[in-house]
Amino acid sequence: MTRFSLASLVLLLTLVFAGAAFAVRPDEVLVDPALEARARALSEGLRCMVCQNQSIDESDADLARDLRIVVRQRLVAGDTDQQVMDYIVSRYGEFVLLKPRFSLRNALLWGTPVLLLFAGGIFIVLNARSRRSTASDALTAEEQAALDAILHRD
Amino acid sequence: MIETGHFALVLAFALALVQMLVPLFGARTGNQKMMAVGSPVAVTGFALTALSFAALATAYASSDFSVASVWENSHSLQPLIYKITGTWGNHEGSMLLWVLILTFFGALVAAFGSNLPATLRANVLAVQGAIGATFFLFILTTSNPFTRLNPAPIEGRDLNPILQDLGLAIHPPLLYLGYVGFSICFSFSVAALIEGRIDASWARWVRPWTLVAWMFLTGGIAMGSYWAYYELGWGGFWFWDPVENASFMPWLAGTALLHSAIVMEKRSALKIWTLLLAILTFSLSLLGTFLVRSGVLTSVHAFATDPTRGVFILCILTLFIGGSLALFALRASRLTPGGLFHPVSREGALVLNNLFLTTAAATVLIGTLYPLVVEAFSADKISVGAPFFNLTFGPLMVPLLVVVPFGPLLAWKRGDLLAVAQRLMAAFAAALLAVLVTALFINGASVFAALGVGLAFWLICGALTDLAIKSGLGTAAPGVVIRRFAGLPRSVLGTALAHLGLGLTTLGIVGTLCFGTEKILSMRAGETVELSGHTLRFEGLYPAQGPNYAEARGRFALLGADGSTTGEITSAKRSYPVRQMTTTESGIKTIGFSQLYLSLGDEGTDGSVVVRLWWKPLVTLIWGGGLVMMAGAAMSLLDRRLRVGAPSRRKPAGTVPSASLP
Repeated sequence: MTRFSLASLVLLLTLVFAGAAFAVRPDEVLVDPALEARARALSEGLRCMVCQNQSIDESDADLARDLRIVVRQRLVAGDTDQQVMDYIVSRYGEFVLLKPRFSLRNALLWGTPVLLLFAGGIFIVLNARSRRSTASDALTAEEQAALDAILHRD
Repeated sequence: MIETGHFALVLAFALALVQMLVPLFGARTGNQKMMAVGSPVAVTGFALTALSFAALATAYASSDFSVASVWENSHSLQPLIYKITGTWGNHEGSMLLWVLILTFFGALVAAFGSNLPATLRANVLAVQGAIGATFFLFILTTSNPFTRLNPAPIEGRDLNPILQDLGLAIHPPLLYLGYVGFSICFSFSVAALIEGRIDASWARWVRPWTLVAWMFLTGGIAMGSYWAYYELGWGGFWFWDPVENASFMPWLAGTALLHSAIVMEKRSALKIWTLLLAILTFSLSLLGTFLVRSGVLTSVHAFATDPTRGVFILCILTLFIGGSLALFALRASRLTPGGLFHPVSREGALVLNNLFLTTAAATVLIGTLYPLVVEAFSADKISVGAPFFNLTFGPLMVPLLVVVPFGPLLAWKRGDLLAVAQRLMAAFAAALLAVLVTALFINGASVFAALGVGLAFWLICGALTDLAIKSGLGTAAPGVVIRRFAGLPRSVLGTALAHLGLGLTTLGIVGTLCFGTEKILSMRAGETVELSGHTLRFEGLYPAQGPNYAEARGRFALLGADGSTTGEITSAKRSYPVRQMTTTESGIKTIGFSQLYLSLGDEGTDGSVVVRLWWKPLVTLIWGGGLVMMAGAAMSLLDRRLRVGAPSRRKPAGTVPSASLP
């Protein structure tokens, strides 16, 4: 049996027994390895809409399979990666992206790590400076009194 | 028996209320008798909770389907081990395990806390009692595991097949020991805030507890990761799933706490920060419990449909996080800041560690919660998945990992960066060599992959350098070196082991992600497949019958260079009739530190089957590194200084141990 007919048999079987399935199936794989690699990379960034936090690359849901096939069809048609993503977002919304876009609404999401790192760094530097300038070797009046009390106890 | 357990649970709730109120009041009024109530009550509360848990476990083990929770999550045909582990394989039972561990830790404080100042112990137990009381109330009102059914059903609905695995026996108890272990650090912090002072005994107590909690949490996460890896059948070891993040956030904050507690203990600096971190770490544990238990993760709207549990936990969350932070805001100014240090010093390095770890924890937090926030405040829905975390968390970790080897070699108070850099030359050379070897001799290695391998070697060699220098390698005679090595403080060995483990985990991650290969194909019996130098022959599918499932077992022979069979891999597709669920049992062959991973897909009528095969180089190091980290924590716990009660034994009776500095 040739590779092609084997693949079409599997495809036929999956159409007939559309139940328990599997993530990427042999029949989906593109002949061109470079194109297939791009398809896999794109699939990892796309969410399976009916699963919990699974990419379409990992999911065995039928909807994920449909989306994987769409991605491959677009790539074969000559789309760039960006065009494929735009096409899918235009159909399914931003929810499908596992990496949210850099937009104003997501500014807090993307900005927090950077902001926190810098704010924390500045806080530490300022704190260290002020501590060094206020700290002195001389005892405060209170400390001196406490020390005297201890020394004169005996 | 069931009703005894139920009754014991109610009684434990009442005792938790006593434990919360009486010692607290006693500590405020200076009443010794009231303060002394805490310990026996804590121990009794633990005994009652244990009795209650034992009753539920017995119901599960004996398949008593008159208990609703058993009926929903068990089946008479299940193997006994899964009947027992099923006790906590559901919401109600897992909450009972949660409070069991909470009261266990409370009892430990009561049992070993005789050398603590009386008021501190009373306050700690009171806070512990308060946490216990709210969770007991939560269980009794919204998630009672002892709800009965009348008439009792004949047969149960079976445990979720994915949970019918040894992983369930190990992962949740370890994870909860970690989560809940941080409650002790939290209680100590709140107690210190109530008292308005923080002394040497505080730090000496908090550090071992942090170590214990961190050790178990590390084990729990590593175990969970390995479980997901082999059970889910697509070979991933970390998915940035919100449930995973829920356990990872306390781990990151707890790791920061572990390090700042060292500064506090040794140098009595960073007191206020350590206290805040202890509060935040347990808050993240509570938040994790909320996220996992409330159903809010699937959707904000799913949460709204059955809000009783979620709202209750949200109230607990608000009460404890809000309350402790408010107390912190009010009282923190009373605490005196500690010793000074130069930016280039061990303290400085640990501050840097804390900055990166807390930022990383905050990044994971915002990534986990942002979709919920967007969904709550707009009509849109967004997803935040692995690509986001890889892009943010990765860059935060790399600089942290780069500075790790410097930390233990820097002196306290004021360090000499140049001298430390010179001492690390050998480690640096080894790392550089690793980069070059990877880049030049391994096919398809990217620059990132080579640098990643170099980073891992830098960590591993850095940890070894620390040990070598501290035992005087190169400067002293070999005999002296061995004697010195044997005499190194256990905490020094612990640090080196933990950092070594981190390096191993890094190496495993880099190896798997950058050098792993994969093949998806359709195979028929007798056909062979070759992947990264390993040849497998498919022997065929064989049906088999398990106690409560049927499976199709695919057998594969691993072939040597001469075509002879050198090993076998079996992967199966199981179907559980009761729940009508299918699971994939992956086939794994460990070769050195690497693994061949195989999972089965659809069958064809001609005997062909879809096979997905991975070669995962060095993958076992990911979890092996976790075990080494745990060993590091255990080693550190064995340190003389931290052995609970050790100082009191060395001192004559009558002295107050807490007054002496370690």
